[in-house]
Amino acid sequence: MGSRSSLAGDIGMNTVLNDEQRKKYLDPATIRSALQETKTIAMVGLSPKSERPSNFVATYMQYEGYRVIPVNPRATEILGEKAYPDLLSIPDDIQIDMVNVFRRPAECPAIAEQAVKIGAKSLWLQLRVVSPEAAEIAEAADIAVIMDRCVKIEHGRYAGSLHWVGMNTEIISARKAKRHV
Amino acid sequence: MAQEKRKFGFDTRMLHAGHVPDAVTGARSVPIYQTTSYVFNDPDHAAQLFELKQYGNIYTRINNPTTAVFEERIASLENGTGALACASGMSAQLITMMTLLQPGDEIVASSHLYGGTITQFTHTFKKLGLTCHFVDPTHIDNWAAAITPQTRAFYAETIGNPKGTILDFAAVTDLANAHNIPLIVDNTFATPYLCRPIDFGATITLHSATKFIGGHGNSIGGVIIDSGQFDFSQFATIADPSPAYHNLKFYETFGHYGFLMKARTETLRDTGSSISPFNAFLLIQGLETLSVRMDRHVANAQKIAEFLDQHDNVAWVSYAGLPDNPHHDLAKKYLPKGPGAIFTFGIKADNPRQAGKEFIESLHLFSHLANVGDARSLVIHPGSTTHQQLSDAELTAAGVDPGMIRLSIGMETVEDLIWDLDQALQAI
Repeated sequence: MGSRSSLAGDIGMNTVLNDEQRKKYLDPATIRSALQETKTIAMVGLSPKSERPSNFVATYMQYEGYRVIPVNPRATEILGEKAYPDLLSIPDDIQIDMVNVFRRPAECPAIAEQAVKIGAKSLWLQLRVVSPEAAEIAEAADIAVIMDRCVKIEHGRYAGSLHWVGMNTEIISARKAKRHV
Repeated sequence: MAQEKRKFGFDTRMLHAGHVPDAVTGARSVPIYQTTSYVFNDPDHAAQLFELKQYGNIYTRINNPTTAVFEERIASLENGTGALACASGMSAQLITMMTLLQPGDEIVASSHLYGGTITQFTHTFKKLGLTCHFVDPTHIDNWAAAITPQTRAFYAETIGNPKGTILDFAAVTDLANAHNIPLIVDNTFATPYLCRPIDFGATITLHSATKFIGGHGNSIGGVIIDSGQFDFSQFATIADPSPAYHNLKFYETFGHYGFLMKARTETLRDTGSSISPFNAFLLIQGLETLSVRMDRHVANAQKIAEFLDQHDNVAWVSYAGLPDNPHHDLAKKYLPKGPGAIFTFGIKADNPRQAGKEFIESLHLFSHLANVGDARSLVIHPGSTTHQQLSDAELTAAGVDPGMIRLSIGMETVEDLIWDLDQALQAI
């Protein structure tokens, strides 16, 4: 079960970010509003192989009701959705809310530039994908930035399911839970 | 810029970590989910749960909502990334080693361990193709000399049972890190209130939760806490594709909780050593008062150790809280709130073995049994119980003084405990 919006506790384990970056890019309110406001996610670097981490994440997010648009130049279709070689190739009638990146940090600034062009609302770099340059590009266009975090883990943290596998969610609250993130 | 977030204290987390009152009932106390299994949302959901693509409950042999509260709470208190509860402290050790190791691998372990652990590591692990080298833990050179190319784990207790040896975390973690070997620490005697091994560099912390965590002598249980800090990318058992899960790579897929996911979904699943939800509930009750109880346990132990140290019928007292104890400096460094409440002393008598037996028979308040970490005070005389088949010479060779008594100090009125020990010492 999910937690209330007024969480006051620090949530900051398992990161390579420094304190200043943590405050900016791991902020629970930013993470939760990105999850709540997103309907469609473009996953850059989504693998068609079912045992790959990105495929785990996409399967999870689809089941949780998100539409996942694969961005992978070597694939034609992944998990029932047509794949595109890059963000700019996604047709205009598909509104991308979040760009979720499973690529190396060096590729992130170019991805951020494309995210700006397609009008994404958030740029989410996965665990250990850290790119201050990409963040700067996105922030200049008022796009919310999250990095060094997994979108599946964070959804599970606030939806209450991560807790069921014995993980330390760091959530402390005496208030009655809600039924969503 | 976000507002400053609160870092909640240890005692707050004892009461709140891992449990948000549920959205439907709002139950404040943790409910006991006494169920074997859980209804799936739909066939897709079921398939994804079995493929580990969804987090959720399948079967209580693997996870349970009551047990999950215990797991998250102890993980929070130990500053770990997560935890896995199981049937006992012995099963926590077995699950950890079966997850990390494969036949041919070796462990280097402190020799100052609970006897049951030494037996498990020596004989039962031999059947699994594992070899354990035991070393005197007080000199780091002993650890270094025992390392071979097959060494995949270091193992020690924060406070060694029964000698009270305090682990020198800095020396052992430096050596472990230099060789990329995970350090596994049994923190049972210390509890996370007195010492958090992960803060001092341990990879994995274990507990027999049966002891101070439960705290009332009513439930057997164990728990494994992962720091989430170890790089398992070169560690075949955690990094390589798993044939049991369609070639899933646990470390690549789950990262900082890859070890725990593998321990839960393969080793716990396949060994079947799960904890009962009711026991998990009782262990949660224990955690809610842990710091308050440990303060009393430690204060009573210190006063009793000081009393025995001055007693005419006592030859020696081995408690790191005494200034002349060889482990006193390490205890001050790693256990500043006190080195636990379990220690040994030697009876001074012409026939210490017989005197030990008479001492036990004369006690009124100390319970004579084979456990530690109860709210009540406990006592055992190895020379007439666990080691009774050995001769005096064999006992001495095993490092056990024939007149050695082990105490686990409870929370009774300390003057009553001192009275009881004094009258029994006078009776021998």
